[in-house]
Amino acid sequence: MSQQVIASTANKARKLSVQEIAEIEHEMTLYPDKRAVGLEALKIVQKHQGWVSDESLLGIAKYLDIPAADLEGVATFFNLVYRQKVGKNVILFCDSVSCWIMGCESIKGHIKEQLAIDYGETTQDGDFTLIPVPCLGDCDRAPVMMVGPDLHRNLTPEKIDSIIADYKNK
Amino acid sequence: MAKIVIDGVEHEVNPGNNLLQECLSLGLDLPYFCWHPSMGSVGACRQCAVIQYRDADDKEGMLVMACMTPATDGAIISIEDEGAKSFRSDVVESLMISHPHDCPVCEEGGECHLQDMTQMSGHNYRRYDKKKRTHHNQYLGPFINHEMNRCITCYRCVRFYGDYAGGTDLSAQASHHHVYFGRHEEGVLESEFSGNLVEVCPTGVFTDKAFSENYSRKWDLQTAPSVCVGCSVGCNTSPGERYGSLRRIVNRYNSEVNGYFLCDRGRFGFDFVNNRDRLLEPVQRIDNTGELLADDQVKALIKEFKAEGTIGIGSPRASNESNFALRVMVGEENFYAGYSDVEHESMQVILDLASDTAFHTPSVREIEAADAVLILGEDVTNVAPRIALALRQSVRNKAKDLADESRIPQWQDAAVRELAQHERSPLSILSPAISRLDDVASDRIIESLSAVVSMGHQIAEKISASAPNAAASTEHSQLIEKIAMQLKAAKRPLIIAGNSNGSDMIKAAANIARALRDDSDKSAIDLCLLVPEVNSVGMALMAGAENRLGAALEKLQSGEAKRVIVLENDLYRRAAKAAVDAALTKAEKVLVLDQLPTATTANADVILPATAFSEHEATYINYEGRAQLSFQVHQCQKQAQPSWRWICDAEHVDDLVERCCNEALGFERLREVLPGENPFVAGMKVPRQSHRYSGRTAMIANINVHEPKQMEDKDSVMSFSMEGIPAQKDASVLASSWAPKWNSNQSISKFQDEVNGELKQGHVGCLLIERKDSSGSYFEAAEELIEPSAKQLRVVFSYQIFGSDELSARSKPIQARMTDAYIGLSPVDAKKRGLNQGDVATISPLGSPAVICIRTGIKAGTALLYCGDRNISPADFSGLIEVEKSAIQTTSRGIGSLIVSDFHEEEISS
Repeated sequence: MSQQVIASTANKARKLSVQEIAEIEHEMTLYPDKRAVGLEALKIVQKHQGWVSDESLLGIAKYLDIPAADLEGVATFFNLVYRQKVGKNVILFCDSVSCWIMGCESIKGHIKEQLAIDYGETTQDGDFTLIPVPCLGDCDRAPVMMVGPDLHRNLTPEKIDSIIADYKNK
Repeated sequence: MAKIVIDGVEHEVNPGNNLLQECLSLGLDLPYFCWHPSMGSVGACRQCAVIQYRDADDKEGMLVMACMTPATDGAIISIEDEGAKSFRSDVVESLMISHPHDCPVCEEGGECHLQDMTQMSGHNYRRYDKKKRTHHNQYLGPFINHEMNRCITCYRCVRFYGDYAGGTDLSAQASHHHVYFGRHEEGVLESEFSGNLVEVCPTGVFTDKAFSENYSRKWDLQTAPSVCVGCSVGCNTSPGERYGSLRRIVNRYNSEVNGYFLCDRGRFGFDFVNNRDRLLEPVQRIDNTGELLADDQVKALIKEFKAEGTIGIGSPRASNESNFALRVMVGEENFYAGYSDVEHESMQVILDLASDTAFHTPSVREIEAADAVLILGEDVTNVAPRIALALRQSVRNKAKDLADESRIPQWQDAAVRELAQHERSPLSILSPAISRLDDVASDRIIESLSAVVSMGHQIAEKISASAPNAAASTEHSQLIEKIAMQLKAAKRPLIIAGNSNGSDMIKAAANIARALRDDSDKSAIDLCLLVPEVNSVGMALMAGAENRLGAALEKLQSGEAKRVIVLENDLYRRAAKAAVDAALTKAEKVLVLDQLPTATTANADVILPATAFSEHEATYINYEGRAQLSFQVHQCQKQAQPSWRWICDAEHVDDLVERCCNEALGFERLREVLPGENPFVAGMKVPRQSHRYSGRTAMIANINVHEPKQMEDKDSVMSFSMEGIPAQKDASVLASSWAPKWNSNQSISKFQDEVNGELKQGHVGCLLIERKDSSGSYFEAAEELIEPSAKQLRVVFSYQIFGSDELSARSKPIQARMTDAYIGLSPVDAKKRGLNQGDVATISPLGSPAVICIRTGIKAGTALLYCGDRNISPADFSGLIEVEKSAIQTTSRGIGSLIVSDFHEEEISS
């Protein structure tokens, strides 16, 4: 028998940081309904924490007073809300049509070799996570990928090496 | 009415509905998944595609989803068109891509809507040869099994659980190929209506866990139309039996009462029938040893009890027939009510109000139609759960009005919800603690019981000047004004109260309803007064107003009565322990008829075993005064008999019902619930077993290889057999719905005169109490109660869906959700007494132990007392109590499985 269903869930909630709360409060002024702030709150927490842990998700649900199950529905619907721990830098690698035509497969092979990770995996040192993405809207400079907030275009194996080195040194 | 053409045939349809619903009403076969008769359309599954033609000249037509298309006049459609058929076949093929095809090991197999629809849509060969997606399943508590791989993403589960039943812990997660229906994390499904997922899910994602542990195919279950005995709503059920044990309960449609849904107490609370402790033999206790009684000994004993000096105590959980038989045996003047004196008093008030022309007692369906509701002091979810579910629908009437204004058809479920957002019809709750309905309440006031009563009188006064003057409180005066105005403005206002805590609340509720009547041109106002047990009303009608239980006990104690017959009742739950002890000790002979051992049977000289609800045919009267007939499902293998059969010489139930009609005041119309004049078609009875019932000749082969003669049922129009006239023909009763091509519960549309209409083979029951008293007047405002001293708290009795009902509390699945007796306190009161969450405390005057449950939504000064299943008797407490920490801190169940939204937590530092 599970222990206090509601209480136990609430107990695991992480108390949101002052900064997170301030940003969520701001979003709340922009929407008529707390439920609608759910997605923005997830993004805010992810910005600060890198990802959305169970404790964070419960913390948001508690703060917004919305059901955790509903918020989980939102969080899992969007594949860029990370419900598992990710590396310091998330590589969003486009493998859609234009990039594929421009040879992204070999680029991906190179990344895989260099970092020893495949899609959905994080390097052992926790520096990089590799995730496929359908399109980044920059097809005329394919193949492209994003690392964190930065877009990288016209990728070549050499370029990949220097990008990896740059982020490692950051 | 509109005229539409379906496959060249003209039909008359209701233009207010969609094509799918109208096709089903016409008896046509059109496959669907996401649509549900009580939840409307969302157009999610694309299974009900048909071709619609612009006009008679249009030969091409276009595909439309029948569930999303209104049945407008002149519409021309085709279900049989090849294009439509192949589209439907492709749709089901794609829905089935990751389905595991595990029908042989799936509990849904044989009554699976997905199986039916797949066959109907003509998909029979699997072309997809890639990997299927798989999911992890969750632990969802003792009621429901989870098997997500079977899911076809129709969204019906979350639409029922969240949208319809207000549950917050089941959601649709992820997207596209990975869509998942589950909780945020493993754990017990919190909703009191979670069991309906079993029936709402078109396939085997959510299945009945208790049934699964003792499983049988639908076609192997013996079933009969039954009535739930869990509370006073009287939901209709279809229990299923195999090999002498009751296996499960599913909903049985009744358009007026439960519709398509049951609560979890009703669905999972039947297992007491199979309880190992069942009383199964007549026993006489001589010097502390039990001696089995032979037939002639029982007869002699009954004769002895027929002598002068015997009194009878009836039972609100026994049938009308058994109560009546006891009344006949001991004489009307010696027949006493089997509930507490407090309840007795309130039942008399309820009966008086029930014949008053100023009021109308709404059925569950009518409750759904209310457009402004006031709940006074009652925890509806825990007392009459199915009504709480109906109230959740009533608040949607605002949304429906908005939809009408915007010309959106009401069956467009998603659109109507989107339009309305948080707009709800008013539902106000005045009570001493937060309830499980508060999430849909427009206003709530947490106040002490006497303050709630007083506010009730103030509302009445605000509504009509004819109501008596009430002491005005400055607190909440604006809300009181607002609630009064909302009720006044409503087209169909509804006042709900109950007798959980005496009759003052009922009187206040009646005054409000009367004020509404006086203030308007409405002929009667909906007043719903909840009572706790299946036949509380029936027994109240049977027992004289003066025949209180307390009087019976006094009579025994004084020696005025020598012998007592206790009918299916544990007196220790009804009266103070000391009084019951004294009476039973003094009585020369105590005869108890019951199904399970209780504290009362422990003090009996003679115990006669009574059959449980599924083992006999009986009538019960629900909170509205609606009499309903419950058929026998199976035979009790041992010597238990219906209580009436032990104590009277009537041959059949029908004879007893007939006699009850003639002799008992108020029961004149009871015979109307019996199957009509000529219930037999071609002289044949209705089978309880399906035509596919297997293994009949081998069932007891381990005992005897000879095939025994089928048991005869002399009481009923039904037979313990496969032979006879099945329901889809002309039978007069419908046990379990099945129609060709429709093995699942969705076959119900084949038996309704139209979708959501009455059953052709059903009976909505018969309202027994006639309203003819137009001389009713207002009650005077109640007297103020004495203020508790600093140490004292005022007791409010609290009920639990899992545990408060005596019989269902003896069922294993229910026990898995039960808590210990507890005392609910406000954080202030707990702090004052140095009590923490989960502590064990003792309650004065008897020092009974109860677990402390601190809730933020309880009025300070009030102690919510939940008596547990049998460790504390409410009759031992009256008014004020003291609570202090107990020296012994052991609990058995604790309060871990309590589901409340306002559980107090200590602030945890980050």
